[in-house]
Amino acid sequence: MSDFDSEIVAFDNVGLRYGTEGEVLRDVSFTLYPGSFYFLTGASGAGKTSLLKLLYLAQRPSRGAIRMFGADVITLPRARLPAFRRRLGVVFQDFRLVSHLSAFDNVALPLRVSGVPESDIAKPVADMLDWVGLSHRHEARPATLSGGEQQRVAIARAVIGRPDMLIADEPTGNVDPEMALKLLRLFEALNRLGTTVVVATHDVHLLKKVPDSLIMRLDKGQLSDPTGALRYPPRAAHRERPAS
Amino acid sequence: MTRTSALNRAVVRGLSPFGGDRAARLVPQARLAGPMPWVIAIMVALTVVAAAGGLALQNMVEAARAELSGGATVQVIEAFPAAREEQARAVETALAADPAVASYRRVPEAELDALLEPWLGVGSADATVPVPALIDVRLRGAADRAAIDRLQTRLLDVAPDARVDAQSGWLQPVFGAITSLQWLAIALVVLLALTSAAAVWLAARSALGSNRNTIEIVHLLGGTDGQIARIFQRSVGYDAALGGAVGLAIGIAGVVVLGRQFAALASGMVAGGGLTLPDWLTLAAIPVAGVAIAVITARLTVLAAVRRML
Ligand SMILES: Nc1ncnc2c1ncn2[C@@H]1O[C@H](COP(=O)(O)OP(=O)(O)O)[C@@H](O)[C@H]1O
Ligand SMILES: [Mg+2]
Repeated sequence: MSDFDSEIVAFDNVGLRYGTEGEVLRDVSFTLYPGSFYFLTGASGAGKTSLLKLLYLAQRPSRGAIRMFGADVITLPRARLPAFRRRLGVVFQDFRLVSHLSAFDNVALPLRVSGVPESDIAKPVADMLDWVGLSHRHEARPATLSGGEQQRVAIARAVIGRPDMLIADEPTGNVDPEMALKLLRLFEALNRLGTTVVVATHDVHLLKKVPDSLIMRLDKGQLSDPTGALRYPPRAAHRERPAS
Repeated sequence: MTRTSALNRAVVRGLSPFGGDRAARLVPQARLAGPMPWVIAIMVALTVVAAAGGLALQNMVEAARAELSGGATVQVIEAFPAAREEQARAVETALAADPAVASYRRVPEAELDALLEPWLGVGSADATVPVPALIDVRLRGAADRAAIDRLQTRLLDVAPDARVDAQSGWLQPVFGAITSLQWLAIALVVLLALTSAAAVWLAARSALGSNRNTIEIVHLLGGTDGQIARIFQRSVGYDAALGGAVGLAIGIAGVVVLGRQFAALASGMVAGGGLTLPDWLTLAAIPVAGVAIAVITARLTVLAAVRRML
């Protein structure tokens, strides 16, 4: 019961198919606990992006149940979904930056969507751009940025609103190992502040870089649980909860 | 002072978080480069001209009706001036004695000449073309067929060449034609409104298509349907306001030029076809209605499209 209360996400027997093809995800069941750091691994085409799409509410599953922040998001009225999306920070695999907005305005976008007053936007956005090492490019349009720079703008946009859950799809795919490590440190820092982090990556070397992380492995659409963390509340979750 | 600046800010922000300039900047503005303002300008100009025509016809009919109800005309058609004058006098005497006649007035020759001048040329009246004597009669009751027939019979005794016509009678086919023209004007205004809505619908759909990526991003970041619709409403609203202003200017210019042309034609019949102040205000409201149609159309189009996303 108390485990149920503290979950942030619960998938129960979720299946996903696109069109009339076979299922891309099959019988996926897992629970995510607040304050934990998860890696989602698996070969290219295993279904990582598809699973994350379900997680960031861009896609409905073909079957199964998904609970998030204590609500059944499958049966939730459409009008209530934006409030859930605003609690998420997402780094899309293809970045999805708004092409005609500057790096600054792209990073500011989630704050503006949430109605943060303009006076409270300039400094946090400047700080965040500074942190990802792009303060000198704040006026640049995405097309004039390199792949790695675009990725860092996308990451800055995902974390600017201090989301309850950060969902990152291959966030280090376009940066050098040094920057990859720096970005992981950013995710960890955010995680220590209470944000649940889910990072999809096919790069197994990354997993070792975050000692407290939990690993989910997707293989041809099916989830395996190498650390057992998905069945039992992980240490990080215990750390956040008051003693019972 | 502070209040106006606060109001300005509210207007710029669109009275809601994420409204206003910030939201509008999400969609690159086509503005003058796009066809939208021009399509709307043309629609508004045509609507203004059609509506002005309808209103002018309305005024003309009303003025004519008011003037002509209960009115009749007696013509004495006799080529010889002396005989004509004699019969006209007899008619006047008979009219004075008739209890059904409220008043009558012999139309002076000078006035008749002036009335006919555009058609017959200067000085024609006292030359070869015989001009009938004309007496305007105002009846106590309506100038219906029975009243006209009674008067005609009565006058035939004293003036065999007198012909009585209800003034509205000879204008009846004209009234019919004008009423048809008014319906035509109304139909034109409705068609133009529908066409404008269709044009905005197409423009909004193409704007949606070319901004699909932006819309999806705002949607995924937790933007509501209303926020996304406002982005487009605002941009379409700007375009429509611009087009509406240009269209109003063109339309009014057209109306003024046409008005001058008709004023030059002004004989008794077209008088009263001018536009009143409320009419001008109605015309000025057309671009406002155009902006409203455009914004509502854009909103409905965008909402219909984003509702297809989860
Ligand atoms: N929108 C889509 N329509 C149809 N098939 C898709 C779509 N997205 C992904 N797939 C298919 O689903 C499978 C899993 O893809 P994806 O989730 O992107 O895997 P990963 O992110 O692990 O590389 C792949 O076979 C891919 O071709
Ligand atoms: Mg992927």
